[in-house]
Amino acid sequence: MELHPLPGAAPAWQGEIAPHQLPACCEAVKNRGGRLVSLWGTDRRHLGGGFALHVALSDQPGLVCLSVPLDAANPAYPDISAIFPAANRMQRAAFDLLGIAPAGAADTRQWLRHGSWPQNAHPLRKEFDGGRVHSHDADVYPFVTVTGDGVHEIPVGPVHAGTIEPGHFRFSIIGERVLRLEERLGYKHKGIEKRFESLSLEDGAKLAGRVSGDSTVAYAWAYSMAVEGIAGVTVPPRAAHLRALLLELERLANHLGDLGYLGNDVALSFGFAQFWRLKEDALRASAAAFGHRYLMDLVVPGGVSRDIAPDGAAALLAMADALEPEVRTLKAIYDEHAGVQDRFLTTGRVTPELAARLGLTGLPGRASGQAWDLRAQYPVAPYDQLDVRMATHRGGDVAARVTVRFEEVFESLRLVRRLLDTLPGGELRLLISNVPAGALGIGLVEGWRGEVLVALHSGKDGAIERCHPHDPSWQNWPLLEHAIIGNIVPDFPLINKSFNLSYSGQDL
Amino acid sequence: MYQIIKQILKTGIKTETPPQADDSLRVREQEISAEILRVFGRALKIRHVDAGSCNGCELEIHAVNSAYYNIEGLGIGFVASPRHADMLLVTGPVSRHMETALKRTFDATPDPKLVVALGDCGCTGGLFGENYASCGKVSNVIPVDVEVPGCPPPPTAILQGILAAVSKRG
Repeated sequence: MELHPLPGAAPAWQGEIAPHQLPACCEAVKNRGGRLVSLWGTDRRHLGGGFALHVALSDQPGLVCLSVPLDAANPAYPDISAIFPAANRMQRAAFDLLGIAPAGAADTRQWLRHGSWPQNAHPLRKEFDGGRVHSHDADVYPFVTVTGDGVHEIPVGPVHAGTIEPGHFRFSIIGERVLRLEERLGYKHKGIEKRFESLSLEDGAKLAGRVSGDSTVAYAWAYSMAVEGIAGVTVPPRAAHLRALLLELERLANHLGDLGYLGNDVALSFGFAQFWRLKEDALRASAAAFGHRYLMDLVVPGGVSRDIAPDGAAALLAMADALEPEVRTLKAIYDEHAGVQDRFLTTGRVTPELAARLGLTGLPGRASGQAWDLRAQYPVAPYDQLDVRMATHRGGDVAARVTVRFEEVFESLRLVRRLLDTLPGGELRLLISNVPAGALGIGLVEGWRGEVLVALHSGKDGAIERCHPHDPSWQNWPLLEHAIIGNIVPDFPLINKSFNLSYSGQDL
Repeated sequence: MYQIIKQILKTGIKTETPPQADDSLRVREQEISAEILRVFGRALKIRHVDAGSCNGCELEIHAVNSAYYNIEGLGIGFVASPRHADMLLVTGPVSRHMETALKRTFDATPDPKLVVALGDCGCTGGLFGENYASCGKVSNVIPVDVEVPGCPPPPTAILQGILAAVSKRG
């Protein structure tokens, strides 16, 4: 198989293979320690082809995108979920949206489609009118049922008891102990991928920043990286620096919020009060420096949309200096609090072996011995000058996921200071023009949850032919089902929060 | 325990003065007696419903619960069940997969009830608009009393909207 490098900041290669070669290629990558990063399909019939499946794998030198042309009349490919279990839901989603089918897959239930469009219609096919509203289909989803003496079910959601995104959890329990959890997601599907196709490459960044609002910087950067790769543009050093600053501020704010809720979920409301005060301080400093508490719409194709405010650096440094000793104090309190540690330790454990087998990634992955952090392994500018210290642990329980968050907070604070110290002068944004049609661009960014990928296929005259944003939650939701097994029902909110996965990012 | 008490004392009281109600956010006049609004205004219970948002608005709803904004100090609290709620705080756009759940949650909330739609998407459908999978704005699905725009609306705007819904009509 011939691989050619994809232009752009992300270390990515592309190659075309026939459908029958797919399983062997996946096996080979898996045997070398590689992982499945993303899977999506495209409709090429209007360009004189059929359909295509694209599989992004993490391999030794970087990301390898395998493109598999599929027949227009019978778009089928061999199932790869037996090799990479994480492919299961991605394949089902690709069928719902595009009608390309994994031959031989054991699980062919719908995933993103509930009842809003008919089974034989596929929104990402070009002839599908995205504006047309279909009547609600009957929505019947065959959950796996557990039977036996004393087993009963607890259905939860889609509307949950707290301020959380909607999804459905089906617990099969005996007494207080969970025998099995089955998730059903897709409630937030709002047609994001179809919507991309009606936007220009320029406007797409705004939508990318709203795939998962808590990761707006990561998505907007990944999207912009994909556009810049296709356009052959390298962003100015000042813009790259500011992007990294924004990404670390995003990581910091989200980790602080999670650490607060993790205290709250073990009845230490003191932790919530303290960490949410600190988070608010961080958000206000972000707003002072960049004009938006969550840093939306700042990363744009070609660079950044605005400079740091004249007194922004001072505001951020003051925040970082005030925050660090406070977080150290709070970490000592969490570490020494017997009640907190009793709930954190051994709860919701994913062993490193299981994590490797099923493809756990991102923050929960690093808490289960999966040492992947794009900032350390495939650093794009300016991370190539920052020597990011990756936080990894092998405990795999709530305690390990809390520890990874603490360590990443301290590392982000170091990076914020260093980036402010070394901020180069120069331009903020380069003009993107003459983007070639029919090209594939890849953006890959280590967001606070894990690696965010954006795959972008360019159309004519600066249009988007197809855009697939991929959230690391695709890989991690199935592991949450494993983490809860054998735990008690009241520990589910705690375990769920320790993962804190995205619903919107995977429902699309 | 000593460390916790020390930290609490060192932190002091962070709560800021709450904003005033913003009456311009009201989009519907309901026949709710002034007496009920007076009662609501002193002990309002809210059920939040994420009907399809990007999770951005949710971040600010969490922030409203922080010590800085101290929403509980105003007598306003979030509850786990719509049956305990006086108000639904809804973020959108309403996905078609959440349409039924949102309607059922609305029906499960006892009368009289108020609805506040939050964020640009909840108010207008936002960038997602209406399509095969999205119903657009919240008022396309259930009646809305107050709309709070913003992407996401900051905590003070959320408080202004909530207070507008329970303030006496001008």
